[in-house]
Formats: sequence, C-alpha cells, structure tokens
Amino acid sequence: MASIRTPWSKISPLHRQEAWTGILFTLPWIISLITLMIYPILDTVYLSFTEYSVVEEPKWVGLDNYKEIFLNDASFKPAVSNSLYYALLSVPIGLVLSLALAMLLNMRAAGIGIYRTLFYLPSLVPPVAATITFLVMFEPRGGLINLFIRMFGISAPSWFDDPVWAKPGLIIMSLWGIGYLTLVFLAGLQDVPTTLLEAAEMDGANAWQKFRHVTLPMMSNVILFNLVMNVIWSFQVFTQALVIGGTNGSPLESTLMVMVLIYRNAFRYFKMGYASALAFLMFIVIMIITALIFRSSDAWVHTD
Amino acid sequence: MSDQQVTNKGIMPSRLTTALVEKQRKPPLRRQFAALLRHVVLIIVTIAFLMPFYWMLISAFKENTMVFSNPIKWFPNPIRWQNFPEAFNYPGFPFLKFLWNSTYYAGMVTLGTVISCSLAGYAFARLRFPGRDALFSLTVASLMIPGIVTFIPVFLLFKNLGWLGSYKPLIVPAFFGNAFFIFLMRQFFKTMPEELADAARVDGASEFVIFWRIMLPLVQPALIVMSVFTFLWTWHDFFGPLIYLNQQDQYPLSLGLYAFRSRRSTEWGLMMAGATLTTFPLVILFFFAQRYFLQGIKLTGLKG
Repeated sequence: MASIRTPWSKISPLHRQEAWTGILFTLPWIISLITLMIYPILDTVYLSFTEYSVVEEPKWVGLDNYKEIFLNDASFKPAVSNSLYYALLSVPIGLVLSLALAMLLNMRAAGIGIYRTLFYLPSLVPPVAATITFLVMFEPRGGLINLFIRMFGISAPSWFDDPVWAKPGLIIMSLWGIGYLTLVFLAGLQDVPTTLLEAAEMDGANAWQKFRHVTLPMMSNVILFNLVMNVIWSFQVFTQALVIGGTNGSPLESTLMVMVLIYRNAFRYFKMGYASALAFLMFIVIMIITALIFRSSDAWVHTD
Repeated sequence: MSDQQVTNKGIMPSRLTTALVEKQRKPPLRRQFAALLRHVVLIIVTIAFLMPFYWMLISAFKENTMVFSNPIKWFPNPIRWQNFPEAFNYPGFPFLKFLWNSTYYAGMVTLGTVISCSLAGYAFARLRFPGRDALFSLTVASLMIPGIVTFIPVFLLFKNLGWLGSYKPLIVPAFFGNAFFIFLMRQFFKTMPEELADAARVDGASEFVIFWRIMLPLVQPALIVMSVFTFLWTWHDFFGPLIYLNQQDQYPLSLGLYAFRSRRSTEWGLMMAGATLTTFPLVILFFFAQRYFLQGIKLTGLKG
C-alpha cells in the first residue's frame, strides 16, 4: 500500500489512478482554502495597515488605523464593552441552561420524544424573524412580557428602548436559541454509560453527587465543544444587534457590538482598511480566548 | 442440548417481561408522583420556550392595533387572514418573490455543498494521495477560523470579479466545499467497509465508479443530514445577502423582512406575517426530516 509520504515516482501505477482521483476530488476545496481562507486572512492583515476606500488603491499608512481605533474612535470602547458584556453573560448562562434542559430531556418519561421535537422548534426561526418577534414581545407598553410582569404589580423595564435594559433583552433573546447546544448536550448525555450511574447509585450517591462526579466529568469534552463554539458565536453576534439597534446601536450605542461597528465602517463609510484593523483585533481577541479555554481544558476535560 | 437452548431462550425473556410488567403494573405512589412532577416541569418549560413561537404565529393574524392590546389577547379576534395576501403583494416588498429567492439560494447552496463535500470527504477518507494528511489538518484548523477575519477581502474579491448585486458570491463558493461538511463526510466514509472498494478495484472499476456506484449510495443518510443543515443555515443567512445584494426584488426572506422592518416599522401585523412566512417552510422541512436533524446534531456536535 502506498503510504501518504511515498514520493510520487514510487507510487505504483495501480495506485496512480487513485492518487490522481484524490487530487481531483479535493481540487475545488484546495482552491477554496487558498482563495477564501488563507489569502483573505493575510489580506486582512495587510489591509489593516492601509487606507482603502474601495474606489482608490489601498494606501500604506502603517499603524495609523490602530492608533485611530485606540485613541480617537469614540465608538470603539462602547462596542468592545457591549460585546464583552454580551459574551460574558450569554455564554455561561446559555451553557448552564442548555445543560439543564438537556438533562430534563434525558429523563425517562412518556412522550419524551415529543418534548425534544418541540424544543428544537425555536432554533428553526431565522434570526431576523426571531428578533422581530422579540421586539413585539418586549414592546414596553403593550408587549406580552411587560403586560405579564405588570400583572404582578411590578414596574416593567423599557427593554429595547432603554440603554440599560437593551443588552439584557439581547441576552434573553440569545437564550431562546439554545436548542442546538441543548441537543448536542443531549446526545452527549445519552453516551454516558448507565452502568456508571447505576454503580454510583449502588454506592449510595445522591442525585447531585451522581451529576457532579459521573455526569459532569463524562460530559467535559462536550462542554468544551459547546463552550468554544458559543464563545466564537457570541463575539460575532451581528444580526440580532443590527435588527434592534441599526448601525448606530440604538438606544445610545447600547446595542453597538464590535461586528456592527466593523460592518458600519466597511459598508457604510467604505473604510475597508480601518474595518480590517478592527476585524483583525477582534480575531486576535477571539483566538486568545479560545487558546486560554483549550489550555485550561487540560485541567478539567477528561479524555478517555 | 439444542432443546435446552431453545427452552432457555424461551424462559429468559418471559421472566424478564414478567418482572417488567410487575414493575409497571404496581408503581409505588412515589414513582407516580415523580413521573407527574417530571411532566409538570417539562410542560412548563416547553410552554415558556414555545411562547415566542406562538406569539409570532398569532400576531400574524392580528390587526395592527391588536398586536399590542391590553389586556393580553391570547387568540386573535377577529382573525385577520388578509395579513398574508397583503404581505404577498405589498408594493416594494414582494414576499412571494422573497420566498422564491430564499428557496433558490438555499437550494443552490445545498446542491453545491453536497457535490463538493461528498467528493472531498471521500478523498480524505478513502483515497491515498500525496499531501492528503497535511491538507486535512489544514481543513480541520480552518474550522476554528472565525469569519470575521476573512469577510472583507472575500467581499473585495467578489467585487473585483463584478459579482456584486447577484447571487454568485453567495452560491459559487458552496461548489468549492465547506470545511465543516467535508469533515463530516470524511467521518462517515471512514466507517464504510474498505473491502467493497478493493473488490471493485480488482475487478477493474475506475475510482470514480467506485465512489459513485458503491460508496455514495451507502452514505445516503449523511447526504440527507448535510442537505438539511445546509438548507437550514443558508435560509437563516442574513449577513451574506446583506453585503452582496442591492436590488430589493432579489432579496431572500430574511433580508426582505429586515428591509420591511426598517421602512414600514409600524405595520406590525404584516411584519409578523412576514416573519411567519420566513419561518414556516423550515418547520415543514423539520417535520419531514426530523430524525435526520437529531441524528445530524449527534454527529456534528460530538465529532466536531
């Protein structure tokens, strides 16, 4: 058998057709990797050192874009803090809630399949449609949520009309979309061997101890996967923020996420160089956080 | 000897069945109560989760003034069916055209993804060619790259090709592959018996025939999983159409709904009809392909 490291000349004629077919089958993907992945990453870095308005050629400006971002851009700080606020709350709450839901759906109960189906329905709603639905439900005066809150005689917030409450509104909305995370957890839970749980029960473990010492360690690789995916998604949240706050992040830049700021610079102001610098910074931040999560995972993810 | 085996086989299950029946026939009160409690919890959580879904649907049948009515109107009265025909024919916002555009967009991307990813996935799993493992490592690594660091140069590339204002930048890349589904297909092809291909090879079948006639029919479930998810995610896509399309009658549903919300922000009844229309085809798809959804999540989540 020709191994992968065999030089071309030593591949037997019998396997040559196989090798050619392999190259042919992957050729479109190789082209895609180069033109839509590798080249764009390098070009983003290059463009971040230029001034580029699309109409004229890119002009090298050194670190000017980065200086501008940190020293003069009044929208940069709010965008970063909004994105951090959003990610730091929506990621952990979403993970805990989706794990809890998955455990609920993993129970033995009649008709559990129907519940699982119903739980996936919200994940089917396209982000724009979901956001508009939430705008209707969170409408300050006549929306369902506030009418419900007022039934208990509590004064209700103005949600997306109030700079303080707009982000919590966005986070609550993000929790509605945890169907995917939940089902990934559910699939993981079904792989936890019941013999282990039964053994723990024999030894007198209570429900919490079984969860803490059997389920959680067995699920740690799934938790890692969901955590990383959720972090990457949360830092790039765009559609929901744009539908609610537009490119200005109304009210008062409270929903201006970094991705919206990048979009505004690239496609409203056509400052491609500047937008590239912002995008590259954001990329570095996401990479650092992902790397930290992976590094810490040695301590808490059980691999066997 | 053989008689004994038969009787053994006959006795064993029946004993087990009796035990099970016994257990079910006389559940202790505590067990019944626990089962009831489970259902109560499940039902409450399900209702909370499905509320936005329900609210979107009933608001689509409400008059504008009824959408935010106090006290809460749990059912539209009168039912306003006209919201749908009005949305279909709204001047400047042809929702039926949007529906067709979404179908075309998601359908073409699905077609492209299925072709390119099954070819590349098969090559990575089954064909030996120089550089394969390095290329596959690169493919897996590219899964971790957030789109934020590539989208500006990719946009500029398509702009220079003169593709702006058309579906080309949205559809053509799908025919060149997608790291996530190539990975998925590779895992699938890996589990297929190698002997089949080898036997065909000895019989003189060409590599393409082996792929097309022997391997591809075997992974049909994976092809359906890939199609269903590609269709869903493309239907959800908002950012792509937002940056590449500029004629309103070209818009897919999500973008059309966004444009409608930006310019006709008080037409809540029609907006919710649009949101329902944007969601409904996916619900139908989900009910037909339900088991593939759940199976797909199991595969994509855990092995990613």
